[in-house]
Amino acid sequence: MSSNYLITNGRIIDPKNFRDEVADLLVRDGLLVKPSAEGLEDVTEIDAAGCWVVPGLIDMHVHLREPGEEYKEDILSGCRAAAAGGFTGVVCMPNTRPVNDNRSVTALILELAAGASARVYPVAAISKGSRGESLAEFGDLREAGAVAVSDDGLPVQDSQLMRRALEYATDFGLVVISHSEEPSLSHGSMNEGAVSTRLGLQGIPTIAESIMVYREIALAEYTGKPVHIAHVSTAMSTELIRSAKKRGVRVTAETTPHYFTLTEEAVEGYNTNAKMNPPLRSEEDRQAVLQGLADGTFDAIATDHAPHSILEKEVEFDAAANGIIGLETSLSLSLALVREGVINEKRLVELMSLNPATVLGLAAGTLSEGAPADITIIDPSAEFHYTEDKVVSKSKNSPFLGWKLRGRAVLTMVGGRITHSLLD
Amino acid sequence: MTTGYFFPHRHILGIDHLSVDDIHHILSTAESFKEISSRPIKKVPTLRGNTIINLFFEPSTRTRLSFEVAAKRMSADTFSISASTSSATKGETLIDTARNIAAMNPDTIIIRHSFSGAPHMLTRYVDAAIINAGDGTHEHPSQGLLDMLTVREHKGRLDGLKIAIIGDILHSRVAHSDILGFTKMGSDVFVYGPSTLIPRALDRLGAKVCSTLADAVADADVVMTLRIQKERQNDPLLPSFREYARQFGVTRDVVALAKDDALVMHPGPINRGIELMPDVADSGRSVILDQVTNGVAVRMALLYLVMGNAPVTG
Repeated sequence: MSSNYLITNGRIIDPKNFRDEVADLLVRDGLLVKPSAEGLEDVTEIDAAGCWVVPGLIDMHVHLREPGEEYKEDILSGCRAAAAGGFTGVVCMPNTRPVNDNRSVTALILELAAGASARVYPVAAISKGSRGESLAEFGDLREAGAVAVSDDGLPVQDSQLMRRALEYATDFGLVVISHSEEPSLSHGSMNEGAVSTRLGLQGIPTIAESIMVYREIALAEYTGKPVHIAHVSTAMSTELIRSAKKRGVRVTAETTPHYFTLTEEAVEGYNTNAKMNPPLRSEEDRQAVLQGLADGTFDAIATDHAPHSILEKEVEFDAAANGIIGLETSLSLSLALVREGVINEKRLVELMSLNPATVLGLAAGTLSEGAPADITIIDPSAEFHYTEDKVVSKSKNSPFLGWKLRGRAVLTMVGGRITHSLLD
Repeated sequence: MTTGYFFPHRHILGIDHLSVDDIHHILSTAESFKEISSRPIKKVPTLRGNTIINLFFEPSTRTRLSFEVAAKRMSADTFSISASTSSATKGETLIDTARNIAAMNPDTIIIRHSFSGAPHMLTRYVDAAIINAGDGTHEHPSQGLLDMLTVREHKGRLDGLKIAIIGDILHSRVAHSDILGFTKMGSDVFVYGPSTLIPRALDRLGAKVCSTLADAVADADVVMTLRIQKERQNDPLLPSFREYARQFGVTRDVVALAKDDALVMHPGPINRGIELMPDVADSGRSVILDQVTNGVAVRMALLYLVMGNAPVTG
């Protein structure tokens, strides 16, 4: 199969190279090369008129569920969902069964990902078994291919362990990703506030997150080491990160489409597809997250794609598992921010491609000549009705089912290989 | 009541979804049924041939018995199932349990469950009418209605009253339904309790949160106390029952701050000497047993209305 393509007439948005122009892009043998008028006999043309051509999107926070919970998702199905959503790379969290806390699990994940529709970048555990007691072997994990460490899903309660993780991780060029949550404050099943009171559900206060975000900032500031804050949901966390960045603390942060699109009101009717951790917050928090996206407080939009089957979701709200899928809706929901003037096109590409690559030190996120041809072609005005039968992921736990969405990836290419296409 | 009023609800999930007209209609229907319970032969054929399942996932004496008595006085066939939530989560799911019950074609399922929203979920999976007999810390609509019936009987109205609710508001589905009901009917609800037991943003439900017991009770028409529990899931809510009784207990002196003809109410079961002193519970102002009597009448009305769903004029 030819892996030579000439993408024509598209609007190329490549923040790393300060490009935003209508131009052609030539892909040869899986790499981006300088476009030329000659030697195009074996090249397939892709007409991208009216579309944006951007460096392949990277989701820096997904759960692929393999090994261990393949009935919810596996690496190949998760990567198909990623490609459908315009992602060329996914960063997968270590809370699999077994936990990705040693090189053999990391190696297995990468082996299973061979030939997948997206590049898979494994995150390894901070602590052995993610039990929060002792450090995992970061050196081994790095050698095996891990790009970061996190005990995502479980907060690291022990502050000394977190400090040591920040220190030791830098010896191997690994960034520490913090799932920031103070467990003693977070016994509930949704945001604590007027809606939890009305629904009679025990609430998780915003401070359960913000207190731990502050601890991570304090540790990063004291040690001088970097830390990345995952799935930020509150106004207070956003402000803490903003002011820490101003002081020069090496903190980066991501938020998710559900925190900037939905509020706690989505739980109404005990909708388990609106249950996740951290929970959907108030409108005030949502506005603060939007502000953080606009002013650069947030480095990345990630999905926290968390597939669950009906076994975990068609149950009482309190008994339901946390998490929603997001790979196939993230781009559309983020494009709404561009239409609403919250961010511009360049910033969208930074949030969804360049910055995740930069934070994690991945050789991706650009359309530089010589780089692998990881490309997403976006039709910003394509409309689609997101219904259950169209979901590519194995699981269907999305609060956005039934939504009419606007803007989507019409073609995704990984290393010159087309992994998703809606074009003729 | 307007002519041609039609009770519009298939399910009774909470006070939240009932209108002022609905509540008046339920209470009037209950009043008309009350007389049945004082007859020598306490039975009417109204619901003959109807099948009612009591599905209780939490221990209950009073509410379950009250529903059973109500159903039997209407000649319905009743069956009761007790299931502990823990054993149910280990094996069959609630949905499967309900679908199996639904396959036997009951007309109404009365459910009590420790998880808020469980009755709402059932409505999506079974055809039977669902009556919420208490879900988690959410609502207990039949209790809210019987409280309103009791107050209406004694005060002749439900608007312009001051209702004081004292105790554990955070975990009380009764408080929740009462706050929604009494405010909907035009009364003011004042709540007071330890700050650890007052939920966030309670004012948005329409309640006024007081900072002293005296503020809550002063000139009240009704003093409602709630059952207190010392600990829940390792959440350190209170240091001791002893201190609760001393600082927050409703005593004769507290009730003296209310109107001279104030009613003393409690949804039961009472921790005597903790949230409510025995002399107050047994005083002439106490209508606690009236609440129990009215509970049967309200539940007869609810069963009749969800099953019959007939247009009623009046």
